[in-house]
Order: sequence, then structure tokens, then C-alpha cells
Amino acid sequence: MAYLAQKPPLAPPSNELRSRIPGWGVDLDPKDRPAVPKEQFKPDATGAHWDFPERQPARWPREKSPEHAFLTPVFGTACPPSGISGAIRRYAYRFSEGRTSHWLLLLMADRIDVMESRVGALLKGRPDSRLMETGVLSEFKRHGLRSRLGHHRADVKHQWIDVLLFAAPYLAVTAGALYFATRRTPARRILRDR
Amino acid sequence: MQAMVYRGPCRVRVENKEKPAIEHPNDAIVRVTCAAICGSDLHLYHGLMPDTRVGMTFGHEFVGVVDEVGPSVQNVRPGDRVMVPFNICCGSCYFCARELYSCCHNVNPNASAVGGIYGYSHTCGGYDGGQAEYVRVPFADVGPTAIPDWMEEEDAVLLTDACPTGYQGAEMGSIKEGDVVVVFGAGPVGLFAAKSSWLMGAGRVIVIDHLDYRLEKAREFAHAETINFTQVDDIVLHLKKLTDYLGADVCIDAVGAEADGSFWQVVSNNKLKLQGGSPVALNWAIDSVRKAGTVSVVGAYGPLFSAVKFGDVMNKGLTIRSAQCSVKRHWPRLFQHVKNGVLKPSAIVTHRVPLNEIAEGYHIMASKLDECVKSLVYTSPH
Ligand SMILES: NC(=O)c1ccc[n+]([C@@H]2O[C@H](COP(=O)([O-])OP(=O)(O)OC[C@H]3O[C@@H](n4cnc5c(N)ncnc54)[C@H](O)[C@@H]3O)[C@@H](O)[C@H]2O)c1
Ligand SMILES: [Zn+2]
Ligand SMILES: [Zn+2]
Repeated sequence: MAYLAQKPPLAPPSNELRSRIPGWGVDLDPKDRPAVPKEQFKPDATGAHWDFPERQPARWPREKSPEHAFLTPVFGTACPPSGISGAIRRYAYRFSEGRTSHWLLLLMADRIDVMESRVGALLKGRPDSRLMETGVLSEFKRHGLRSRLGHHRADVKHQWIDVLLFAAPYLAVTAGALYFATRRTPARRILRDR
Repeated sequence: MQAMVYRGPCRVRVENKEKPAIEHPNDAIVRVTCAAICGSDLHLYHGLMPDTRVGMTFGHEFVGVVDEVGPSVQNVRPGDRVMVPFNICCGSCYFCARELYSCCHNVNPNASAVGGIYGYSHTCGGYDGGQAEYVRVPFADVGPTAIPDWMEEEDAVLLTDACPTGYQGAEMGSIKEGDVVVVFGAGPVGLFAAKSSWLMGAGRVIVIDHLDYRLEKAREFAHAETINFTQVDDIVLHLKKLTDYLGADVCIDAVGAEADGSFWQVVSNNKLKLQGGSPVALNWAIDSVRKAGTVSVVGAYGPLFSAVKFGDVMNKGLTIRSAQCSVKRHWPRLFQHVKNGVLKPSAIVTHRVPLNEIAEGYHIMASKLDECVKSLVYTSPH
């Protein structure tokens, strides 16, 4: 017990484990493990044959964290920022990674990007399809119900929230429409009074 | 070329994209033959990672054939079969020089707090990933390695991320002979962490999850004891009793940002995305480990804040170790283990989907349908 000096006998003897578990103890020596010690200075063993890499040409003013002294010599070129989301993203990169604004702006831009892209795809004649893009058809091919029911899954208990979040915008629009349809507007009153 | 493309939370599709081009003298273009969907991809898929742009191609676990190389590339040639670590790294910065490849400082202008990762949002550098027919591989002289003749392709894919990550998870636990190790999460990373814990001499390995079929995998593949946390009243207390009220010597969080098990954490994080990750498993790890023990965190969290019980870390005098795996420094040892039959990474693969059905592949993985543990993606009919 923890209340006494000796460790409680919680584990079986090592020789038993060695005979039962394939590979038990092959990396037993804590000092003989690949990332021990954590920092090992081996600048010549990485394959790099430069002190500082050549610089990749930038095809647009590349967004960069102010916590970097300069644009890193190599960077990704997927999805240049564009539209409203792009403007927000570029603005977000004025803030350091230590600032919550940086991340919240980026998350907001992500949501706007989705809306912009949906319209863009429609205009380009390649509209988004909820049915195909969510892969929801696999529910029928891959035992959606059988996978979830009767297995003590924790996530099944709160899946109703997903339904609610999914339905929320539609419910809001319907409620709004009903409200305006039944409200006594001046225009309606004039029509009715005539 | 055909490529998986992100269209917004829970939506992906295959599009015709331009084949990537050499953009830097040390780039290579790799024709992908096999890729995988990682638990990390699910965080992007669910819209949790800031600066995940519509149109990005995901995929940081892949192997393939070198198709083209830039003028300064010396170590690989067109035609070589290569495996590519998920870290993009320069090999020459402060961090790479110390073998901390996941911390490379020369490849990610978007953030200084993380290195570069293929297909992992702009926060990780804005690189397209390998769930596509072709991918741009920067620093071809540093990252990719020829797949040894004796190694099977599916083992090689799992060695680009999941397997070394699990191994590093155990390694960061500083496991000593006879230690009690508790692994939270029986996904690919957790399974490899559990298996690796034995290699380092653990005395008991206990795996926690809520998916019975994955726990069965943990018993069979990783020879672990298992607990379904929905079947006990209080997992922390349960583990204390199991360890004679001492607590585990080492806890490994192999769950990360979308941990289940607490209604409010799930609502505030997974559903409303108001946290940088639901730290349910992390908090359980902190509370289940013994005082002065070690918590190793390989589960991924976003850059926003999370409601972590840090007071307990402090009061208990815990050591917290954490990292994105530095894949390549683990390869020599792991290659040896695979060759000697100590490890069989591909044993956890349950699904193989063609690239053009990737939307269903993601849904199956995300919703844990059909007893899915690990899904591979094939670019040509398989
Ligand atoms: N550090 C790295 O380099 C690195 C590399 C790869 C993956 N990761 C991260 O590791 C984590 C796991 O990856 P994976 O591919 O195994 O993902 P996965 O989604 O397949 O597995 C996660 C498992 O955790 C289980 N789980 C959920 N809540 C839990 C809880 N409270 N307690 C115990 N188990 C719980 C889930 O049921 C699931 O089986 C992810 O966060 C991923 O992003 C990190
Ligand atoms: Zn991964
Ligand atoms: Zn570097």
C-alpha cells in the first residue's frame, strides 16, 4: 500500500511476463531508447547538406506568425487566402499565437470560408452535396445502427445534440418565417381594412 | 490528379486538382500508393483546428514512389519506393539538429508553436497532404526513406505516424521495469503505446476506452488488461483501487481533443468548439497517476485553451511529457522490431477504402462504424 514504504506487488514477476508477452523488455534499459536523452545534437546526421535552406519563392504575400523573425524558407502553398475569409485570416496573423484573438479570428474565418466556398462551388457548377460529402450513406452499408446500439458507447448518449445542432438553422428560419407570416404588419392591416 | 478535398466540417469529397509542382530545389513529388486516415485527421474533419481551409487535401500518413525531384536532391531518385514521416522538417534548424523534427523551425510560417505537417491545416504550415494521387514532399533529402525490401507496404504506412507515435508515447512515460501503465484510448496510437509499454518492461498495461471492439483489440494485439469506462462508476477511483490506492506509475493520453466521458466537456468542446480540446482523458490521466508519476500526452489538442486540472499536476508533483512525434529518430529501432517480428504494425488495419470513396471512409472512422480501428486509402483499385 501507498501508506507503507515498499511498492505494493501490483505486477507479475518479469520472467513470467517475458515468457508470456512477445518482445517484453527488448527496450528495458531506459537509457537505451531512441529519443533518450530528449535532445541529441547531431546536425550532420539529418541528410541536410546546407546550413540554412535555400528560400522558396513566395507567390503571394504569405501569411506569417509575428513570432517568426521572417518568412520561413519553406512553406505550404495550398489554398491562398481569398474573399472575406482571406481578409480575416490575413488580419488574424497580425496577432501573436499567444493572443486568443488570433485563434478566434481564424476559427471565424474557417466558418465564413465554408459559406463562401459553398456559393463558389454552386457558381462553378460543382455544388456541394450533403449526402455524398458527409459519407452518411455508409450508415446503411456499414451497420450504422448495429455499430452503435448495445455496446455501451459513450457518444450515443449525446447524439441528440448533433440532431439539434443540425436542425437549429432550419428551425430558426422556420420560426422566423412563421413569426413574420402571423405578425400584424401595417401592410397586412391596410390590406385587411380595405 | 484526384485528391481528397475538405469542404467544411464533416464534409470531404474527391476533386480533380492540379498535380503538385517542385517549388523548392530540395522538393520531391511522390506518387502516393497507399495512405491512411489518422485520428488526428478527425480533429480537422470536425472543424476543431483553426485555419483549416476549404480545398485543402488532408493526409499525413502515406507511402509511394518518387516521381520527380528538385535539382538539389541527392538521397532519393525517381522510381524509389519511399515512406515519408508525417513531420516536414529541414534537417538544419536548432530543433532538427537535436533530432526534434516535429519542432522544425524552418517549415511553418503560420505558427512558431508547431512544425510542419502534411495536410494538417495552415496552422501546421499549409501543405497539402497525401490522400491524393501525388504530393509535394519538401526536404526530400531529410524526410523520406526508401522502404526496405523486406518491409510490407502497409507496415510502412503505419510507421509514418501511428506506430512511432505510440512508441514515443510509451518512451516519454520513462517506463521502468514493473511499472503500472494506464493507456487512455484504444485507437491506433493507444494500441501501439500499450504494445510499446511492454517492450520497455511495464509490469501491467491497462487500456481504457468506451468502444468494446477496440478494447478487444487491445487485449488481443497489445496483451493488455482493459476497462470500458462506461461500465465503471468512476474510472479514477476504479484505477486507484486497482493499484492498491497508489495510482498508476505512468499514464498515457492517446485520446486527445475529442475525448468523451464528460457531458459538459463534450458539449463545450466537441459540439460548440469553445475549447482547444476536451481534456477528459487528460484529466483522468492526471488524477489516476500516482503522485510524482509521469503523464505522457500524445493525444493532440488545438492551440486554444482547455479546462485542464493543472492544480492536480502541481500538487502531485507530476512530470508531464508531450510532443508531436519526431518520427524519423525512431525508425532505426522500430525497423529492427518489425524485422524481428516484435511489432506487426499492419495488424491493426481493419478497413481499406479506395480514394474515390474517401467521404465514406471518413464517416466510418469518425463515427466508429463497422468495428473500424484503422483505415487505409488506396489511390488505385486494390
Ligand atoms: N503526438 C502525435 O504525434 C500524434 C500522432 C498521431 C495521432 N495523435 C493524436 O493521438 C490521438 C489518438 O489518435 P488515434 O489515431 O488513435 O485516434 P482514434 O480516434 O482512433 O482513437 C481515440 C480513441 O480514444 C477513445 N476515447 C474517447 N474518449 C476517451 C476517454 N475519455 N478515455 C479513454 N478513451 C477515450 C475513442 O473511443 C477512440 O477509440 C488523437 O488525438 C490524435 O490526434 C498524435
Ligand atoms: Zn496522425
Ligand atoms: Zn528544422
